[in-house]
Amino acid sequence: MPELTYIQAISDALRQEMRRDQRVFVLGQDVGVYGGAFKVTLGFQEEFGPWRVMDAPLSETAIVGGATGAALMGLRPVAEMQFADFISCAWDHLVTVAAKQFFRGRTPVPIVVRLPSGGGFSGGPFHSQNPESSFAHIPGLKIVCPATPHDAKGLLATSIEDPNPVLYFEHKHLYRRIKGEVPEERYTIPFGQARVHREGDDAVVVTWGAMVHTASDAADQLAGEGFEVEILDLRTLIPWDKARVLESVRRCSKVLVLHEDTRTGGFGAEIAATIAEEAFEDLDAPVVRIAAPDTPVPFSPALEKAFLPQVEDVVKSLQELAAY
Amino acid sequence: MSTGTQIEVVMPQMGVSVSEGTITKWLKQPGEAIARDELLLEISTDKVDTEVPSPGEGVLAEILVSEGQTVDVGTVLGRIGPAGSEAAASAPEEPVPAPASVEPAAVAPEPALAAAAPVEAAPAPVAAPQTETSGNGRAFVSPVVARIAAEHGVDTTAVAGTGTGGRVTKKDILAFIESGASAPAAVLPGPPSTEPQPPAPEPAPIPEPAPVPRPPDETPEPQTIPVPEPMPEPPTPRPPTQPEPAPEPQLGPGEVLEPMTAMRRGIADHMRRSLDTSAHVTSAIEVDMSRVVALRKKLKPEYERTHGVNVTYLAFIARAAVETLKEYPWINGELRGESIVTRSSINLGFAVELADGKGLIVPVLKNSETLNLLGIAKGVADIAERARSKKLLPDEVQGGTFTITNPGGYGTFHGTPVISQPQAGILGTYAVVKRPWVIQDEMGQDVIAVRPIMNLTLTYDHRLVDGALAGRFLRDIRERLESWDEAAY
Repeated sequence: MPELTYIQAISDALRQEMRRDQRVFVLGQDVGVYGGAFKVTLGFQEEFGPWRVMDAPLSETAIVGGATGAALMGLRPVAEMQFADFISCAWDHLVTVAAKQFFRGRTPVPIVVRLPSGGGFSGGPFHSQNPESSFAHIPGLKIVCPATPHDAKGLLATSIEDPNPVLYFEHKHLYRRIKGEVPEERYTIPFGQARVHREGDDAVVVTWGAMVHTASDAADQLAGEGFEVEILDLRTLIPWDKARVLESVRRCSKVLVLHEDTRTGGFGAEIAATIAEEAFEDLDAPVVRIAAPDTPVPFSPALEKAFLPQVEDVVKSLQELAAY
Repeated sequence: MSTGTQIEVVMPQMGVSVSEGTITKWLKQPGEAIARDELLLEISTDKVDTEVPSPGEGVLAEILVSEGQTVDVGTVLGRIGPAGSEAAASAPEEPVPAPASVEPAAVAPEPALAAAAPVEAAPAPVAAPQTETSGNGRAFVSPVVARIAAEHGVDTTAVAGTGTGGRVTKKDILAFIESGASAPAAVLPGPPSTEPQPPAPEPAPIPEPAPVPRPPDETPEPQTIPVPEPMPEPPTPRPPTQPEPAPEPQLGPGEVLEPMTAMRRGIADHMRRSLDTSAHVTSAIEVDMSRVVALRKKLKPEYERTHGVNVTYLAFIARAAVETLKEYPWINGELRGESIVTRSSINLGFAVELADGKGLIVPVLKNSETLNLLGIAKGVADIAERARSKKLLPDEVQGGTFTITNPGGYGTFHGTPVISQPQAGILGTYAVVKRPWVIQDEMGQDVIAVRPIMNLTLTYDHRLVDGALAGRFLRDIRERLESWDEAAY
């Protein structure tokens, strides 16, 4: 099995889907000749031609609106935002049209919007955000946040197959940092199934995206202290694997919810509230949340480090949970 | 872990004559955060029922006097620890007799293990809610521990805790149950002891203490808590000992027992003491209230409109009583030891029935001699309302020099009230009733007219006040009421 980077896995998955299904095409700014801001579609135009790898004008509204129209006409567009941050320009098309079209008109909108997200490289306030919770709040959208190359490939295939609008958050900080074995053949990973990234019984960390790896490093440190932490990678937020999370809560009784998005109204709040509602009598400690503070993402590397949850932050909270 | 200073909550001195109070309700439970001046508990004394605000900010660390207990003023009722502190466990405690048969053999494991985590106040972006919210040490039982304890019939205070501040963790209680007897060795990487937990497939609607696998050597006797043999004495305080229950009176068929409230006991004691102290004599006089009725009819809408006050007959009577008392200092005085005390101020007490009909309180309108009719009407309305809503300040039920009681609202026309000690008299006002009344017309002829008549009684302490004095006092009040001079009042 070849070892691929996270971004190679995304690229492979997309190429595989386009070879397999003539309806699949990509559109976005500079996805064609230039190969995309992060080179995910490098070489795609040569292979699939300009009608299936379309350079779009600098208008996220046009990209999402165009993708929605194409999907209504039976195609399977995969739109690329250069940065997830810019999707706010396409809010109306996504939220008012794409998310509600099937409810209103019984015509599915099978679009995928690829969203390079997350910080960790001094991208500042407009190139570092994790806006998944804003869209998790919108009924009709699905939210995918892969953490590993294997999941990136399988979940992108599922996203393209899915008849609903899917927001596919690919974390930029994982692109070339994270490698893993990825099967060459096509496979899909069902939505709504959490993945046990690490096993343990003393506490469970519920997380997704890049924070899976942060949690993993923290858990490795604590293993030396005799405290075994389970890490649940949700993989998809809408739908999210509530049953699996509650199962872990019942077993471990101590919970840390971790995400890179800002704290207030982050998806972690939904998870924590659900645990309080449905597993209160299994808790042996208050549910702890770690998230970014409620500020824009700072440019300065030192400030960004303080902004993003770090391994040592997770270690500290887990130690406090252990001692509680 | 922190051993910051604790603030003691004491039974407050609710006025000079109050020596003890009863806790009626704790508004906070151990472990709950409390702000300075936030209401902490309700107490009841023989004078007032009132709420006690917190003397400081922090977390209610422990309750030393439970609800229903009566203690002396100054008694420590509970302690407030600093926010984020761990309460009881580390506080020095007086030794508490261990439950019989439990030998305090082993030394309890130091709860210091909890200190493993570095708890310096780092300004990390991570909030650490547990250090903020817990602060309650052993008193706090987490939901899962509570559930397991209920399912297994375990008394959590018998389990040695290894969590923060000696808190019993889920692992502690599972190890305790699994061991069946021996004390849990407090270590973190113990075997995951999840077996005795019942499979919980769904958010289990809990507590049925039955279907749980018990250790084989245990007989599931109801009531008996499976206490393991050699138990290390938990390093915690037991809840404060309950007061010795008084022997309960025997009940006959159909009888129901109801405990006396502090107020009822206070009334009972005071009434008995008053009758044992003063030589009660009651004189009565009939008053033609025509003038007052007419005047009230005129003033009522005016006062209501301009001052929002309902001027009652009681206000007129009180006003007349105040004017009359100025001329009868002994009736406004008292016997103190071998001396007679008189004073220049008239502090008028008003007997107020509480809404539930189960008590009486006598708020005092201080310096009534400085108030005109409107002032008295306002004052009476205010203290009566606050008496019923339990908002009186302790000093507002003290220092009365003369009392008015008004049972006439129910139509009674006569009564012999009991003097509020150490006063010398109490004025009773009764129903205003239309009666055929013999008066003289302009020609000097006797005629029968229909007049609103009220009985007034003065119950006085005959040790100090003679019958003639009382008679003159009543006569003068009657005169004031019958010939009410609007300008003078």
